[in-house]
Amino acid sequence: MGKNKKPNIINKIFNDSSVDEYVNVFPNRVGSHGFDAWGFNIKNMKNNMRFSKFLYENFFKVEAFGLENIPKEGRCLIIPNHSGQLPFDGMLIGYSLLTNPFGARAPKAMVERFLPTVPFIGNWLSSVGAVIGDPINCERMLDNEEAVIAFPEGVRGSNKLYKLRYQLQRFGAGFMHLSMKHNAPIIPVAVIGMEESIRSYADIKPLAKMFGMPVAPLVLPFVFPTKVFLYFGKPMYFKNDVYKDSDIKERVDKVKIAINDMIQEGLAKRTEHQNELKLKKNAKSKE
Amino acid sequence: MEPKKKILVTGAAGALAKKVIDKLKNDYKIIAVDFRSKVDLGIPVESYKVDFNKRLFEDIFREHHFDGIIHLGRISAQELNRFTRYNANVIGTRKLFDLARKYDVPKTLVMSTYFVYGASAYNPSLLDETTPLKASELTMDLVDSVELENLSSIYLYKHPELNITVLRPCNIAGPGVRNTFSLLFSEKRSPVLWGFSPLMQFIHIDDMRDAICIAFEKNVAGVYNVAPDDYIGFQDAIKASGSKTIQIPSVPPALTESIARFLKWKSFPPYLINYFKYPVIIDGSLFSKTFNFKPKKTLDDIFTYYKSLK
Repeated sequence: MGKNKKPNIINKIFNDSSVDEYVNVFPNRVGSHGFDAWGFNIKNMKNNMRFSKFLYENFFKVEAFGLENIPKEGRCLIIPNHSGQLPFDGMLIGYSLLTNPFGARAPKAMVERFLPTVPFIGNWLSSVGAVIGDPINCERMLDNEEAVIAFPEGVRGSNKLYKLRYQLQRFGAGFMHLSMKHNAPIIPVAVIGMEESIRSYADIKPLAKMFGMPVAPLVLPFVFPTKVFLYFGKPMYFKNDVYKDSDIKERVDKVKIAINDMIQEGLAKRTEHQNELKLKKNAKSKE
Repeated sequence: MEPKKKILVTGAAGALAKKVIDKLKNDYKIIAVDFRSKVDLGIPVESYKVDFNKRLFEDIFREHHFDGIIHLGRISAQELNRFTRYNANVIGTRKLFDLARKYDVPKTLVMSTYFVYGASAYNPSLLDETTPLKASELTMDLVDSVELENLSSIYLYKHPELNITVLRPCNIAGPGVRNTFSLLFSEKRSPVLWGFSPLMQFIHIDDMRDAICIAFEKNVAGVYNVAPDDYIGFQDAIKASGSKTIQIPSVPPALTESIARFLKWKSFPPYLINYFKYPVIIDGSLFSKTFNFKPKKTLDDIFTYYKSLK
């Protein structure tokens, strides 16, 4: 008799259909082969959510706070800090939106413009609801009353060096223009823990140039299973009543400050959490 | 009985032109011309092989008083060299517009292509007709396509009496079509770029024929994208048409280009590499609304045809 083979971890992840019910409630805007105009594909989205579930619950063991602040319906912009070299932060936020007990939202995300140039990554991202960070794309999605995740730091944030962790990089102002023009509230988000998952120690510029990419980070060849905390802040509303660049920048800084405050608070809480764990561990070892 | 209206159809040797002629030949007196060869299209259709830049072309205008022109004639980037193409496609079209003015032709339909938008990683989805045409920035081989568009736009606004309609269709596919994507779907093994499967739109040749005929007859001057609102990834389309894929290295970009130049495959021309990488999704809603047009054939109709060839 042959041995009963245990399903390996890949099978376990991708055979878990418990997230399908969330994906099945997406508005049916796809064509005859399951694609929408941005490349979103139902089949890939289900697989992605299965993988995201594994990342969220088992790998990064995410804890999310303030999910009640995400509007249950209607347009909104989810604005987090960006980190971790790979777009895991977007996946985790997307998963938390999709499974939000206060009201599930279909996540859509704006991604760095260079990502479509990376083999596999670009296609995979668009198939799971990510689109390149072009204002025209975002405008169309807000008009569709979608919740759109956008990272105003772009590649400056996601691919920054490890020594710059938790230091917010320059924010682009595009999200603020869109928020004002389309009357979309901004939900600031702090992501704690991703900075330590993939650590970049240098940017090899000649290599980046050779492969036509904005960065070529020198990273350790594995992802640390760091614990991740997501903090969703209260919605911020901005009227469409200022036009000067300096005024817009002031509003961008308001959002940046709100995120930075949440990051600092989150880091302090994480240190507390880590200290508690250490104490518990020490107490156990003494016993 | 009122005599039939006369129309000039260029590019008569192409599969699409033949279909258009076939559909219109009972209602119109058709004069067919082609740059490449004299095409036998049956008794009611007069056919000429003509270079638009030669005097014979004007003789045709002088002899027949056209009530309209359907300008489908184009030398594609796979045929002849860049210089000859430019002369035929751009200078030749200018000659055609000038003759249309001289002989008071009241309407002209010009066939363009979605290639003019250029395949760039930065393209947003659903490009509308006002999107800048960036193809010539990416490759010199598409300069004539962009120039033809610019020329048409100049004549469209400078000479409104020509009532020019420019159609920018997505990929045309189906029986008889010999463009790059049709060749790819026809082959048993088709080259694709490793890690890239851009979203694409396809219109069946019969739907495109109908789009041309309806736009010509209704004649609302302007520029229109023609595309269905249904989409499929390139590699999925290859598989759906029953072909297997040959994965070509996609990075670094210079290597891909060298491979394409070395292979010299008709179905994998170097100037289209970016179109195998990045999506160019066009918004066809203006055309659909203006002409009340909806494609009848589905993506599966297209792929079933190519599957049946194997």
